[in-house]
Amino acid sequence: MLRPSSVKPMSDQKKRIRNDILLILAIALAALAVCCGVNFTRRQGAYVVVSVDGRDVAVYPLDTDIRVELETYHDGRNTIVIKEGCACIESASCPDLLCVKQRTIRYVGETITCLPNRLVIRIEGEGGVDAVQ
Amino acid sequence: MRGGISKTAYMTTMGVAAAAALALSYVETLIPVPMAVPGVKLGLANIVTVFVLFKLGWRAASAVSAVRVALASLLFGTMLSAAYSAAGAVLSVTVMALLKGTKKFTPTGVSVAGAIMHNVGQILMAMMITGVEQIAAWLPMLIVSGLVTGIAVGIAGSVLVKVVKLGKSED
Repeated sequence: MLRPSSVKPMSDQKKRIRNDILLILAIALAALAVCCGVNFTRRQGAYVVVSVDGRDVAVYPLDTDIRVELETYHDGRNTIVIKEGCACIESASCPDLLCVKQRTIRYVGETITCLPNRLVIRIEGEGGVDAVQ
Repeated sequence: MRGGISKTAYMTTMGVAAAAALALSYVETLIPVPMAVPGVKLGLANIVTVFVLFKLGWRAASAVSAVRVALASLLFGTMLSAAYSAAGAVLSVTVMALLKGTKKFTPTGVSVAGAIMHNVGQILMAMMITGVEQIAAWLPMLIVSGLVTGIAVGIAGSVLVKVVKLGKSED
């Protein structure tokens, strides 16, 4: 009996490969959806809120250029720079310096984290401490 | 139970696997990863975990993973990195064992899930230890990097599973 090859049942191995691809696509799509969602809903921020070890310690307006050195967790030091409406960490005492390498932030909800020094700077919108809107 | 090989073959295979995993962990410390997100890594040692999981089962994979994390942390890690790796390894091996148990995925699919769960595990542990919950913002990056490294590691693992024959086991 002749049957078109497309009707042949898939072998177990082929099914597994198909499942692999589905799994990979599903994860990639989910990641893409999250990124798009973040990009379309972003708003220009107004303030930088600095928190050390979970407590908010300072607020700076984004429209004023400043450079300020902060004392962080366990005698750590991080220098925050605000320039042209963007905030970044210019230098730090932490060993990995990943906070310095992270890109600058300007939109509401964006954060830069220095984990060793337990420092988080986050952008908030007009209306102060109100990230949810 | 032991992948159909003798006790001696099982023990030597486990020893070689643990040594290989440890060596890969070390090689990984020599390769700089140009990423601004902590926790991004190649996960080369997962080649061995995937291989052992498919050849000898989840008990063996857990044991090799545990030995590797303990020794790697002791030799080239810190207390903190040990806690992160341990959390990542536990979650990763658990999920990989479950996925392998469904028999619905190849080693590559299993490895991808393992790589991502390793990253998720270490972020959860870092959030618990430091209390800095904003690091959840790193998750999308870590998931994408886990996807890419997981595929590469998975392909390497698949080749090993296919090519290497242990004792009399022909599967």
